[in-house]
Amino acid sequence: MTNKILSGVLLDEQIELSLNDLCKACSSSAEWIIELVDYGALEPHGTEQLNWRFSASSLQRARTAMRLQRDLEINLAGVALALDLLDEIKFLRSRLR
Amino acid sequence: MHNGAYMDFQDYYQTMGVKRDASQDEIKRAYRKLARKYHPDVSKEADAEQRFKAVGEAYEVLKDPEKRAAYDKFGENWKAGQDFNPPPDWDAGFEFSGGGYTAGDASSYSDFFESLFGQGGFNPSQGGHGGFHTRGEDHHAKVLIDLEDAYKGATRAITLQSAELDKTGHVVNRQRTLNVKIPKGVKQGQRIRLSGQGSAGMGNGPAGDLYLEIEFNSHSMYKVEGHDVYLDLPLAPWEAALGASVKVPTPDGPVDLKIAAGTQNGRKLRLKGRGIPAKTPGDLYVVPIITLPPADSDKAKALYKQMQQELAYNPREKMGV
Repeated sequence: MTNKILSGVLLDEQIELSLNDLCKACSSSAEWIIELVDYGALEPHGTEQLNWRFSASSLQRARTAMRLQRDLEINLAGVALALDLLDEIKFLRSRLR
Repeated sequence: MHNGAYMDFQDYYQTMGVKRDASQDEIKRAYRKLARKYHPDVSKEADAEQRFKAVGEAYEVLKDPEKRAAYDKFGENWKAGQDFNPPPDWDAGFEFSGGGYTAGDASSYSDFFESLFGQGGFNPSQGGHGGFHTRGEDHHAKVLIDLEDAYKGATRAITLQSAELDKTGHVVNRQRTLNVKIPKGVKQGQRIRLSGQGSAGMGNGPAGDLYLEIEFNSHSMYKVEGHDVYLDLPLAPWEAALGASVKVPTPDGPVDLKIAAGTQNGRKLRLKGRGIPAKTPGDLYVVPIITLPPADSDKAKALYKQMQQELAYNPREKMGV
C-alpha cells in the first residue's frame, strides 16, 4: 500500500458548489435538484440556474433528501418538511444542553 | 464465496416483528413503520443504521413471495444467531425471476443473505463498452476523528471497501487504504472532497471524487456544537463562593481560569477563540457545576453544622416558603 498522504478540499463555509457539482456528488439529475429548490429544500444563491451557487451544507441536505425519498417513499413536499423538522430537532437538542 | 462457511441464521420474521403467517400487507406495513423508526437520518438511536439495514434485508426477502417461500422452507426450527449452512440444493425448484435486489445498499447484506440469494443487484450492463466514456461515480464515506484532531489537524488511514466487477463479470470486494490529511478546523458533518478518488471512469472518462464526512468520536468531557466546544467544570462550593484560579482542561492543553467570586451553577463562562480553530474560531464554554463535598467525617459534619447555624441562607426564598 502506498504511504502517500492525500490532501482534499475542505467543504467549509467558503466553498460553494454549482448545480453540476451537486448533481455529480449526489449521482442525481439536475431536474431532481431543481425540484428540491422549487420545494424550498435547497436555497442556492444566484437567480439564473446556470449561476446557482449552493453552500456546502446543501450537499448534506440533498443526500439526506435522496435517502429519505428512496428509503421511505416520501414525496418531495414531505422530504422538504422532514428536512425542516430535522433541522428544528437539531436546534432544539442543542438548546437542551 | 461462502461455501462451507457457517454463518448466523437470520430470523427475518423476528427482525420485522411479524408472525410467520403474516400477510404481505402486514409485512409491508411493518417494514414502513420500522424503516421510519430506524432511518439513520431520522433516528438518534446508536444502532439505528444496523437496525435499518437488518430491516431492509428482511423486507427484501419477505416482500418477494418467491424468496419468502424459499426462506420459509427452513421452517421454525432455526433460531436467530444459530450457526447455519444452507444445504447444497436448498433452492431446488425455486427460480428467482426478480433477480437481485432493489435497495440502494445491497452490499451491506449479511453473509446469510448472500449465501441464500447470491450477490445480485449489480447491473453489469453499465460495463465498459468500447468507445464509451463516462465519468466514474462519486463515493461517500465517513471518517471518525477525535476533537483534538480538529484542533491540531491529523492524518487518518481510511480503509474503503467497494464492490466491483472483475474481468469475468463477478462481483468482488476490493479494499484499499488511503492516508488522508484532516485539516485543522474541521467541523462535525463537514466534508472533504478528494478529487479522482471515487470510482474509475469508463473508457477515457475521468474518475469520480471521494467525499469524506467528518464525524467526531464522542468525548468524555467535551460536547461540540459547530465550532463551539462545551465543558462541564466541577467546582467546590468555596471556589464558586470566594473565587479561585483553577486549572481547566481544553482540547489544546490545560489553561488557568479565574473563577469570579459568587459564580453560580450552570452560568457558562466563554473562553473566546478557544473552540475549534477556523477563520472565525469557535469559543470554549465552561459550564460551572458546583459539587457537594460529602459530609462523611465528624469534621465535615461540624463544618456543615456551623454553616447551618451561622449563615442565614434559604435556597428556596424565591419560592415564598
